[in-house]
Amino acid sequence: MTIRTARPNRGQAFRSRMHCLRKLEAIVVEMHDPKNGVKGSVQKLNVTTIPHAVAGSDIIAWIRNKMQSTPEDAQVFGTMLVAYGFIYPLQNHRKLVMCNDSSLYRFQTPYFWPVQKWVPEDSDYAIYLAKRNIRKKGILEPYEQAHYSHLHDWLNHKWDFIVMQATEQYKASRDRNKSDRVVLDCQERAYWIVNRPPRYTQSALDCGPDRLVDPNVEEKITFDQYRRVNVFYQQAIMRPRVKSSVSLGALVKYITTYKNHDPFLASCQPSNPWQTDHDAYWTLNVRRVEVPTKMRVERWSFSLFELLTDLRGRDDFKIFLKKEFSGENLAFWEAAEELKWGTASSMSAKAETIFKTFLAPGAPRWINIDGRTMGLTVKGLDHPHRYVLEAAQTHVFMLMKKDTFFRYLKSPTYKDIQKKALNPEPHNFSPAQLEQNARNRSPGIHPIILWQQEEEEKTKAAAAAVPVDVKAVMSKIDRKK
Amino acid sequence: MGEMEQLRKEAESLKDQINAARKAVQDTTLQEAAAGVAVVGRVQMKTRKTLRGHLAKIYAMHWATDSKLCVSASQDGKLIVWDSVTTNKVNAIPLKSSWVMTCAYAPSGNLVACGGLDNMCSIYNLKGKDGNVKVMRELAAHTGYLSCCRFISDTEIITSSGDCTCILWDIETGTQKTVYAGHQGDCMSLAVSPDFNFFISGACDFTSKLWDIREGTCRQTFPGHESDVNAIGFFPNGNAVITGSDDTTCKLFDLRADQELITYQDSSVMCGVTSLAPSLSGRLILAGYDDFNVNIWDALKAERVGVLAGHDNRVSCIGVSADGMACCTGSWDSFLKIWN
Repeated sequence: MTIRTARPNRGQAFRSRMHCLRKLEAIVVEMHDPKNGVKGSVQKLNVTTIPHAVAGSDIIAWIRNKMQSTPEDAQVFGTMLVAYGFIYPLQNHRKLVMCNDSSLYRFQTPYFWPVQKWVPEDSDYAIYLAKRNIRKKGILEPYEQAHYSHLHDWLNHKWDFIVMQATEQYKASRDRNKSDRVVLDCQERAYWIVNRPPRYTQSALDCGPDRLVDPNVEEKITFDQYRRVNVFYQQAIMRPRVKSSVSLGALVKYITTYKNHDPFLASCQPSNPWQTDHDAYWTLNVRRVEVPTKMRVERWSFSLFELLTDLRGRDDFKIFLKKEFSGENLAFWEAAEELKWGTASSMSAKAETIFKTFLAPGAPRWINIDGRTMGLTVKGLDHPHRYVLEAAQTHVFMLMKKDTFFRYLKSPTYKDIQKKALNPEPHNFSPAQLEQNARNRSPGIHPIILWQQEEEEKTKAAAAAVPVDVKAVMSKIDRKK
Repeated sequence: MGEMEQLRKEAESLKDQINAARKAVQDTTLQEAAAGVAVVGRVQMKTRKTLRGHLAKIYAMHWATDSKLCVSASQDGKLIVWDSVTTNKVNAIPLKSSWVMTCAYAPSGNLVACGGLDNMCSIYNLKGKDGNVKVMRELAAHTGYLSCCRFISDTEIITSSGDCTCILWDIETGTQKTVYAGHQGDCMSLAVSPDFNFFISGACDFTSKLWDIREGTCRQTFPGHESDVNAIGFFPNGNAVITGSDDTTCKLFDLRADQELITYQDSSVMCGVTSLAPSLSGRLILAGYDDFNVNIWDALKAERVGVLAGHDNRVSCIGVSADGMACCTGSWDSFLKIWN
């Protein structure tokens, strides 16, 4: 009918979501089946009766039967079919929902299904609007009128062609019999309601920007690419694979360990702040709290990673290590983290301090790592970069994980904190109290302020930790004398 | 041309070998492994807060690490930082380009980033003097739209783009540090591992890839989906990856077993997954769909255990806070809802 102008190939041609639309298409085709599909009835329009209309309740019953779902799910599914344009309502044509009553619907002709490859173009829309305008002036809705004037402006160069096409289609439609004409009009109108929705409604076919790369296009793979792909595949085969029983077992273990800590599955003490508007939970679990809660302390025992990521746990670990006079491992690990995530300008200064404090022979906090790693690290420190301490840091982490961590869990420090830890009583708010809580909601301290406080503390601690230079102190005392 | 044929045949046979190797380590099914685990039962969550203020579709949201603040990006050209407890807007940042598709909050809370059809990632400094939020950096090098960005620290950020690459940037100098190329379709989403050593990206070539951040190499590729991979996330233990796709399924891939272990699908679910997030323990996977609902899946039994229905349009983004207490969904109906 219309000549399709070739879309300028900007490389943006691929529409997403075709996959799920094909599944819907299969279901709709089944609905059409004369034996097992939805039962049809007729639409009475003044004098003419038009076949092939179906009642909403029939469609929903068929969906329920086919998918074994609840009436609500079936209604949602039906609404989805209407929203995508597979079925259109006959009575209230602008409201694209499926109602579970005797309101009539009809199946859209496959030509207008969204799975078709062609995109509804502006020129097609212009022809449609022009045709309706020719048939009866003033029939266009306000939003359609707005679209029409807009298209008239920017498709002006093609306007003669558009008007010509519209007139041709109008003449062709006059030659058809009445019921066919009504049906075709309804179909086209429904198609354009779906693809050019009225104001303040959304089109369900809206899917965001087009993809840049079309995965359906067969790419020509070059010789070089094949070689590299084969090397990659060979490496992939060599890769050690863990048995699925081990992986699934690990997943199950992780989930079971954390089951009581998941707020969606277990209640949290004293009360969930989202439900009661009382932020006792958050105040009790702040970073620098004196006495942590029992759940928090329990979480430290799950793994060294958990213990170190929770800064309160790290502090507790430090206390334990101080008693054992083996704090240098953790201090080195922390310094390496600082180096990794710090600013690039501070990198060489930090690397210097780390070398002097931890790695130089005879350093005040010398760490015990194997000779090879030490050699590599020291060499790397000549040209320090973010990850120069990676090997040493991993070594130290494994040391702590395999040895110190377990000793910590059995130590009196940990047992002590377990005893001291709070186990807050669950809140029991009356509705009046809940309302008061809602009124007293406060935002709490902004994380930026907390972060600044942390940074200040860190610099103070770093300054205090610098090993005292005895000679300088002595010379100062001498000078005073 | 004979050599090309040979190489092609070799590639096919290698692919078969990989599949065979993957099958060889499959010694148990999910049903057996999770047989001893108790059933979770129906999970019902209610909307606790609704964040109103955006005027157009919300494309992305991200929680801050304090679990109370979150940032959302909408195509009305605004980036809003919300205090979700009081539903106040802490910052409303006007953007130069309103076609924004992603946003991210830095772990320290100092920076937020956003990007979209302008092909650039803009970094905003929240701790400026006088409470003024200004653009700190504009990272431009991508030749396609920015689909996702995630901070690693205050100095590094990873972005994924429609030009099929991901880039690691140095924020201080505003330059690219590493380009991760290998996908053959638009990269749609990315997620960083809990230990910040790896990240995964999902793309429109139906695969997801695991990348080593430092080395810049692709360590593993996970095929298996039949359509674009729209959403991706790490399982909390860092050893498994969950992906959601337009083919209406979510899949769990294990990094050590190098293959897909679990598929989350239901015959009554007929629309694509737009976003997903695991709960704190990993037992629940919340996935947002095109049919305006969020389905909650039991990760071990692969069954639907709940639905979050309340949005009037597609759920475009979902996030679970760091302390696991609340889940936030953002939708094209311009509202954000906090569920619990």
